[in-house]
Amino acid sequence: MNVEVRLFATLREGRGKKVYFQLKAGLTPRIIIKELNIQEEDIAILLINGRDGDFDRPLMEGDYLSIFPPVGGG
Amino acid sequence: MFGYKGKVLRVNLKDRTYKVEDLNLHMAKKYIGGRGLGTKMFMDEVDPKVDALSPENKLLVVTGPLTGSPTPTGGRYMVVTKSPLTGTIASSNSGGFWGAQLKFAGYDVIVVEEKADKPVYISIVDGVVEIRDASHIWGKVVSETTDVLEKECGEKSKVMTIGPAGEKLSRLAAIMNDKDRAAGRSGVGAVMGSKNLKAIVVKGSSKVEVKDPDGLKKVFSESLKKIRENGVTGQGLPTYGTAVLVNIINENGVLPTNNFQKSYDDKAEAISGETLAEKYLVKKEACYRCPIACGRYCKVDDIEGGGPEYETIWAYGSDCGVSNLGNIIKANYWCNEMGLDTISAGVTVATAMELYEKGYIRDEEIDGTPLKFGNDEAVIEWTKKMGLREGFGDKLAEGSYRLAEMYGVPELSMSVKKQEIPAYDPRGIQGHGLQYATSNRGGCHVRGYLISPEILGLPEKLDRFKLDGKATWAKAFQDLTAAIDSLGLCLFTSFALGAGDYASLINAVCGTDHTADSIFEAGERIWNIEKLFNLESGVAPSEDKLPKRLLEEPIPEGPSKGWVHKLSDLLPEYYELRGWSKEGIPTDERLEKLGISEDMAKA
Ligand code: SF4
Repeated sequence: MNVEVRLFATLREGRGKKVYFQLKAGLTPRIIIKELNIQEEDIAILLINGRDGDFDRPLMEGDYLSIFPPVGGG
Repeated sequence: MFGYKGKVLRVNLKDRTYKVEDLNLHMAKKYIGGRGLGTKMFMDEVDPKVDALSPENKLLVVTGPLTGSPTPTGGRYMVVTKSPLTGTIASSNSGGFWGAQLKFAGYDVIVVEEKADKPVYISIVDGVVEIRDASHIWGKVVSETTDVLEKECGEKSKVMTIGPAGEKLSRLAAIMNDKDRAAGRSGVGAVMGSKNLKAIVVKGSSKVEVKDPDGLKKVFSESLKKIRENGVTGQGLPTYGTAVLVNIINENGVLPTNNFQKSYDDKAEAISGETLAEKYLVKKEACYRCPIACGRYCKVDDIEGGGPEYETIWAYGSDCGVSNLGNIIKANYWCNEMGLDTISAGVTVATAMELYEKGYIRDEEIDGTPLKFGNDEAVIEWTKKMGLREGFGDKLAEGSYRLAEMYGVPELSMSVKKQEIPAYDPRGIQGHGLQYATSNRGGCHVRGYLISPEILGLPEKLDRFKLDGKATWAKAFQDLTAAIDSLGLCLFTSFALGAGDYASLINAVCGTDHTADSIFEAGERIWNIEKLFNLESGVAPSEDKLPKRLLEEPIPEGPSKGWVHKLSDLLPEYYELRGWSKEGIPTDERLEKLGISEDMAKA
């Protein structure tokens, strides 16, 4: 099974909109971010299944990540 | 005179006269300018029970002390009047270049009184005021009116005008300036229309004097640095505009869809800021002295113009079940041309779609495209008809609350105090929902944008479902926002700047002695006088509420599934923090403490 990673705004540049990772034991958002060559300080919001995420929470079957740089508006 | 021009222009449209009065500097210090000073002046002059569309209502156009100054984003003005949509105080803000130009023309405030017997426009050129015939532009759309008047009044003149919607007294009518910037909300365009006032043109060359130019240079470059280095104001907004929010709000499961029946739109990517930039963006646009440049200018087929903003994309997109971004851009274009508030107009179409699908609006009533969710032709056609009050569009022009009320189901209008709620489902953002409910001008996201801490993590990340501390955050954001709106700056600066920065900017320009605390206090003072106006105008504290759907129907699917808004748990703490009674009425003690009682005694 795969973990779906959704990238947004400038984080898409050179990476695309969605990337899939093979789920293996101990796979965390931190590992994924490193693999994607994204600096942690460039991430403003990390969601796991639409809820506030934790960089070190091991991912589980069916999880999806959404990663955003700083964004805002009104 | 520093910051302020010290002059109020009072125009009487009935006898076509005007006079120039001194600005009350004591009140200006207390209520700053823009929204605050405008509300104070309005309350001193107008009976709160006035019919909003009668000649006795007044229209105040008010700049802030920093409007027209060199401070970043210092170009904004506020329209203050009684709202024909909500019956509350209305204060609608706009950017562009018109506000700064009014200062250059020599005035801080314009007070428009009474009603002209025929369509007129006001021309103000370097202090010289003329009330001119407007019969040749009456009925014309915003861009055409602007072109005609710019020619008539000369190079560099700036035009603020209403479109057909304002002339026809639509309760959703905006006042437009620089063609595509809007004092959008609360139906202020209808007040202008009710006075037979088509436009105000301004042009001038008198600069805004600065008390401490060296000090300003320093705080100016400090704040500019903060704005440029901030991820949102330095990167997110300039690159994608406000539409960058579509995806993040949807990923959180709080993007209202099909008139708030759902809160997740599986087609959101098609209408996102990223897609807008890829397919339709021609260039970005900035208001007067703005380093952020969040404005978009887009083209689709033979239509091009300013926008769309996030709110518009949502209202005409997800809220109407529409995913054709090209047609949303066209609907936005027609809102600008007709002079309609894009939030209220889009949400009203969405409400009509629910009423139609549930069988309240019958086929034989509507003289056009079926009002079905997902019908991307309907959003264009009904916007034009709404603007012209043509056929069934006449009913839409009354706004979603009155429309749903006509069919006996006002609860299907997603509004607070009869004003349509913007693009964030409060069921999944509890603090923001409290802000919606307590907003003095009804459903509104710019009276305290708790999306910032609850979704975007600015200045810190809060759990959006938790209630703890949310009343404190709501009050602080509401008060700070009231102060920024009064200074004449853009609210988007607050992603990067804090109350201390605003104090330094106003002190350098005006020579005042503000601190971060006194900025918050001025904001609280303004919030309280707005509440007092509403109470006197007959808007009961029980109107601090949310639509039944948001309190009783859990979000059916997506990441915020199962949530309702817990307003009754939040309101008591909020009222207590405000120092108001349990019923939500400002107490004498708090009014005394804020120095409001003494002003009321004098008025
Ligand atoms: S941030 Fe956007 S709305 Fe605000 S002043 Fe700049 S361009 Fe105008």
